[in-house]
Amino acid sequence: MTNIPLDYETMRLVWWVLLGTLLIGFAIMDGYDLGVGALLPFVGRTDEERRVLINLVGPTWEGNQVWLILGGGAIFAAWPALYAASFSGFYLAMITILLALILRPVGFKFRGKVADPRWREAWDWALFVGGFVPALIAGVAVGNVLLGVPFGLDATLRPHYEGNFFGLLSPFALLAGLVSVSMCVAHGAAVIAARCEGPVAVRARRYGRAAAATTTVLFGLGGLWVAFGMDGYVVTSVQDAAAPSNPLAKTVATQAGAWILNYGRHPWMLIAPALGLFGPLLARHAMGRGASTTAILATSASIVGIVSTAGLSLFPFLLPSSIAPDTSLTVWDASSSHLTLFVMLVATVIFLPLILAYTTWVYRVMSGPVTPDSIGRNPNAY
Amino acid sequence: MIDMTVVDLSRLQFAATAMYHFLFVPLTLGLSFLMAIMESVYVMTGREVWRRMTLFWGTLFGINFAMGVATGIVMEFQFGMNWSYYSHYVGDVFGAPLAIEGLMAFFLEATFIGLFFFGWDRLSRIGHLCVTWLVALGANFSALWILIANGWMQNPVGSTFNPDTMRMEITDFMAVIFNPVAQAKFVHTVSAGYVTGAMFVMSISAWFMLRGRHLDLAKRSMAVAASFGLASALSVVVLGDESGYAATEHQKMKIAAMEAMWHTEPAPAGFNLFAIPGDKENSFEVQVPYALGLIATRSLSGEIPGILDLVELAGNRIRNGMVAYEALQAIRADSSDQAARETFSATWKDLGYALLLKRYREDVANATPEEITQAAFDTVPGVAPLFWSFRVMVALGFYLIAFFAVAFWLASKHRLGESRTLLWIALFSLPAPWIAIEAGWFIAEYGRQPWVVEGVLPTFYAASGLTLTDLAISLGFFLTLYTALAVIMVILMLKVIKAGPSRTNVLLDGVAGGSAVPAGAAAAPETR
Repeated sequence: MTNIPLDYETMRLVWWVLLGTLLIGFAIMDGYDLGVGALLPFVGRTDEERRVLINLVGPTWEGNQVWLILGGGAIFAAWPALYAASFSGFYLAMITILLALILRPVGFKFRGKVADPRWREAWDWALFVGGFVPALIAGVAVGNVLLGVPFGLDATLRPHYEGNFFGLLSPFALLAGLVSVSMCVAHGAAVIAARCEGPVAVRARRYGRAAAATTTVLFGLGGLWVAFGMDGYVVTSVQDAAAPSNPLAKTVATQAGAWILNYGRHPWMLIAPALGLFGPLLARHAMGRGASTTAILATSASIVGIVSTAGLSLFPFLLPSSIAPDTSLTVWDASSSHLTLFVMLVATVIFLPLILAYTTWVYRVMSGPVTPDSIGRNPNAY
Repeated sequence: MIDMTVVDLSRLQFAATAMYHFLFVPLTLGLSFLMAIMESVYVMTGREVWRRMTLFWGTLFGINFAMGVATGIVMEFQFGMNWSYYSHYVGDVFGAPLAIEGLMAFFLEATFIGLFFFGWDRLSRIGHLCVTWLVALGANFSALWILIANGWMQNPVGSTFNPDTMRMEITDFMAVIFNPVAQAKFVHTVSAGYVTGAMFVMSISAWFMLRGRHLDLAKRSMAVAASFGLASALSVVVLGDESGYAATEHQKMKIAAMEAMWHTEPAPAGFNLFAIPGDKENSFEVQVPYALGLIATRSLSGEIPGILDLVELAGNRIRNGMVAYEALQAIRADSSDQAARETFSATWKDLGYALLLKRYREDVANATPEEITQAAFDTVPGVAPLFWSFRVMVALGFYLIAFFAVAFWLASKHRLGESRTLLWIALFSLPAPWIAIEAGWFIAEYGRQPWVVEGVLPTFYAASGLTLTDLAISLGFFLTLYTALAVIMVILMLKVIKAGPSRTNVLLDGVAGGSAVPAGAAAAPETR
């Protein structure tokens, strides 16, 4: 076996941070595509306005979606137990997300190929579904993770699941879903306001300001609920952070307010919820004053804050189990082997900077306002 | 006990979504290179027709690519959704190439595909050409990592079972990357994709020529496709042979089943040209003497074991696996049991064979001799479907070589347009590469049954514990949506082909001349 520079415990921590990074990358990069999709029928009233919005995300959305694909792949490679238990447990929710996401590539590509208004109107709503539904269900899923998921592991570590699709739609989970939707809509609106002109930009600002305010209110409400209205989970045995991954080797208990314990222990972590609360307010303010770059930075910061808040509150849990808490998955017992984490880290260290570099270059090439005129110049425009 | 209906429906869903996805992937692989070649000629010669070719084939590429992306998202998540025990059991090994595919390849392809379509007026000629090549490279790297992952399922090298974590773990990542099966499969598969791209261009160009339309574009496209197609068709067969050779070494049962060879024959074995495979023997066969032995072992003396002899070997491995299984139970009960650990490390390679018994009973250690015999027979995949799909694939492979050889010869004499017969043949050969490719994947995956990972994990044991309702809903939605999208895609492609390349060109010239083009018409060159 090769000599691995980082010890297993550190490696697991690094991969927990990387998991968060990829999810935040997805929420920022594809989050605005989802937001624009959800806003499409409302911010764009005419066919031309909608084409502006579609061509705003058209050149880059495919690359952005790879953050999701990569997130899935990284969970598979680095947290296989999480990948196995969560995706099979949330089966019908995942199917719903996938069916909605399938509509996006074909919607972007097919819509403009036929001029019939009914055809285009139908694809506009398909693109709305492709934006709104994944944003909603991703949030619902996170809400359910905070509540605890009705899964367990048998002695061979085979996951079993005892919930159903409608069981996922509890009031708290729906609240989390709406936080996610409003967060993406505010972010998408900020991008529209920055890159488009005329009535589209005006409407985007209006929707964006409302969505930003909603994000703050709902996120704050969710925070109070998590702190005072639900039981969190705590590991009650000593976990060896460098032991082989075995989720059956610990005991776990539920405890009121357990999800805010980390903030007491490490007050610096409060930065995350603070960003989640005040980021959207700053974005609202900036959109009102037409400071579009500030608005995008602020909505991005609020995404960082909101996603991080979920991760930090749960730590060290990845997927708490409500029916067999002892089989919950944590950072210390659900990871890949030390060697796999190392191989994946090397690949990430090489390729992630490259990805960021060429993505930046592509955005630079495609920069500038998106207008009916700029679309008209490109026969490949959607 | 495991619900076999759920397992079968999970298999059906995976097969349907994967085979559907692979209708679009090979065209992406092949057409991206053809476009890059055409654009290179444009950049080198500055002749406008080559740019029009790139744009026209690019429009069709885009429709196909959208379908590939739409169906590809599903693939990434289905392992966890439908095959959760698989994900746990081999995620440590299998997840890594999949994630690296995202990092190294798909990000590249997906980021630059946007610039390919939207960057024409924002990049220099060289700049745009680089983008096109990066898209093609990204697509091909993507195939590399996916086939490394799949190659590991066929030949699980570089890994070992860890009793403390109850899963396979990587021991040698380089062995996983340089797995001979994966390498052979990669070149075989991408070459097949190039043939598909070449056939697509040939057929549509032939249709233009039969109609006497867009001749300048069609002739040049055909010439490029003929040479690219010939080279690729040759490499598919040569490298396919390499793939078969690798399988002879690592997947003996698959080879025996493909050949419907029930008994070990004296070397060199004959090749069954035609046979009617039954349950434990063929009721009729026509043999070419020596051929199989020569192809599969590349020697006169190499023996190829028959199905029934392999079943006997499987029986031995099951009994050995039961020892490993018992040792594993002892380790799980007391992780400090050194004797059990020693027994396990001597026998773990047969653990997967013991899991075959899980179909018949939970307490594997108490399996009856009858159950062991039954489980040993389970290692035989369906012989007739494999036998026939292999012959369909090979026949089409040789047909495509012949077709591209004739086309290449005519193209080099500048006589491509003269033979209307060849043009009609080109048009009607359009489905050939797709049929061959789907048959090839069927052989690769169905031929591995009952294993999801050869010798390590039985397929039925790897499925998620979903309900029938779950699967009915997901399968129903997938089939409905996929069918609808297929219909729409074909209609749109036909629309683009009928409109032809000239209209795109008119619009481009119009823009260059400064005239205002209505936005709606620009987006849909084929609409009035």
